Amino acid sequence: MYEGVVQDLIDELGRLPGVGPKSAQRIAFHLLQADSEDVRRLAQAMLEVKERVRFCTVCGNVAEDAECRICQDPRRDTAVLCVVEEPKDIVAVERTREYRGRYHVLGGAISPIDGVGPDDLRIKELLGRLADGTVRELIIATDPNLEGEATATYLARLIAPMGVAVSRLASGLPVGGDLEYADEVTLGRAFEGRRRLDVP
Amino acid sequence: MHVASLALTDFRNYQQAELTLAPGVTTFVGANGQGKTNLVEAVGYLSGFDSHRVATDAPLVRHGAQRAVIRAGLVRDARRTSIEIEINPSRANRVQLGGHPVRPRELAGTVRTVLFAPEDLALVKGDPSDRRRFLDTLLVARAPKYAGVKADFERVVRQRNALLKSAGGRRGRPDAGGTSDPLQTLMVWDEQLIDLGSALLAGRIHLLDQLNPLLGKTYDAVADASAEVSAGYRWSLGEDVDLTVDRTVLAGALRAALERRRREELERAVTLVGPHRDDVLLSLAGVPAKGYASHGESWSLALALRLASYQLLRDDGTSGGEPILVLDDVFAELDVERRSRLAALVGDAEQVLVTAAVAADVPATLTGARVRVERGTIVDA
Ligand SMILES: Nc1ncnc2c1ncn2[C@@H]1O[C@H](COP(=O)(O)OP(=O)(O)OP(=O)(O)O)[C@@H](O)[C@H]1O
Ligand SMILES: [Mg+2]
Ligand SMILES: [Zn+2]
Repeated sequence: MYEGVVQDLIDELGRLPGVGPKSAQRIAFHLLQADSEDVRRLAQAMLEVKERVRFCTVCGNVAEDAECRICQDPRRDTAVLCVVEEPKDIVAVERTREYRGRYHVLGGAISPIDGVGPDDLRIKELLGRLADGTVRELIIATDPNLEGEATATYLARLIAPMGVAVSRLASGLPVGGDLEYADEVTLGRAFEGRRRLDVP
Repeated sequence: MHVASLALTDFRNYQQAELTLAPGVTTFVGANGQGKTNLVEAVGYLSGFDSHRVATDAPLVRHGAQRAVIRAGLVRDARRTSIEIEINPSRANRVQLGGHPVRPRELAGTVRTVLFAPEDLALVKGDPSDRRRFLDTLLVARAPKYAGVKADFERVVRQRNALLKSAGGRRGRPDAGGTSDPLQTLMVWDEQLIDLGSALLAGRIHLLDQLNPLLGKTYDAVADASAEVSAGYRWSLGEDVDLTVDRTVLAGALRAALERRRREELERAVTLVGPHRDDVLLSLAGVPAKGYASHGESWSLALALRLASYQLLRDDGTSGGEPILVLDDVFAELDVERRSRLAALVGDAEQVLVTAAVAADVPATLTGARVRVERGTIVDA
């Protein structure tokens, strides 16, 4: 244990995802020895994201305005919508440069174990976006694991009757994986080979 | 495949032990409680990352130590590899293959062992879960893809049970927030249950089809008196459906059974249909072994199941290689006649590891190498 504020800093850092007690200590001492100016910039950046960044009112992506960059971009195809679990998955898909449509962030996947059902996801918002008929194709890019598959099946059943073509990213993605960790080549190929979801 | 070398660190009662092994038979001898079973348990651990004796890893780590390490040099078709497993009960195992870290799941099926131990009496006398585990372990050894099928299937059952619980709770309060019908979500998990469940069912039923003829032969070899022996699949889908390996038919049967028992599932908030509820009915001369067979008959049947598994894996023609056969404490239970029949049955195996408290119990025809074990050390090899 360290004294007062140093320990407070270590404790706070240790609460971040992926940061264990050892790393928290290393980061804390790095900050102690760093230039005041560098530390001030870091603190400022952290405060600013909290103050300035919000979630896009349309798609649920992170945004600095009411709408995110992608929703504001007139060059993006409004007829195609890609459904992902988290904003970080948008970053992964964007890296492939294969996709020119827009997005919809669900905010997770159906997982009864974790108490997450359809009502806890942004599905009502999705249906709202499909209502006016602009969107012709929906690509479901949930994670290639059981929960992602379940969510995809659920959405397909819900949306297919609305006359929108629904497809699911083709496999080639490692099963049990996370979309954000798929490399861009694999993910790009998965996009090209997306398959129409059959609704039983 | 055979183990050419074995090194243990803080495994069970071994602080540090190293051992070179040859193909053919090796017999570990020593008085009770010296560490014979511990040694072969380590070899068994290599194939499924579990012990035949305990459900958790903590007892495998030497009392007072933090972690145990098993290192083994393996030879398959004259090619050498090494495998190293660090067992740390408080976190995930660390596994290396040929010096490179790999994920435990990637190693499924790399090392094949068939181990018989006195605990296997539970195959006959124990719960359905003991027999399911037997089937599934053998299935994964034959076709490693089933490791993933089984893990996914089990997760679907847990997801479904969680949903059934919350759906049951919500039915009492229809307006308890949310617009979606839990039954709508249930159908999604049903699809996964049907898909994975039918794959697992087909695998198990096919496996039993292949095991049965071998079981007849191995039972004859090790039992006192021959009797017609059979292992039949008992499932949760109802009596009216015939066993088949056709996945479409199995999927249809699962779907129908789910619909039939939906109300009951909602009431009890558990998944009542699927391979996780099934059993293997072992019978001798048309009579169920469990509850009817004598101790000797049960023991012979358990041994016969392992020996049949061994023959199945040995002859399956895949690239998995001949399995390593481990016989823990078998000979003491057999009379002279059956000892020599068993010896003849396993004499041509690539590698057999035998333990015996009394060296004289092992037939002369099966001697091979002798390794003396004393209080967690290998005295002479
Ligand atoms: N985690 C552990 N740490 C230290 N000692 C242990 C551990 N687990 C088991 N032992 C010891 O190992 C011994 C048992 O070894 P083992 O089961 O291999 O005996 P065995 O030689 O097969 O005997 P038997 O002939 O009775 O089957 C016991 O004395 C037990 O106390
Ligand atoms: Mg023993
Ligand atoms: Zn947006």
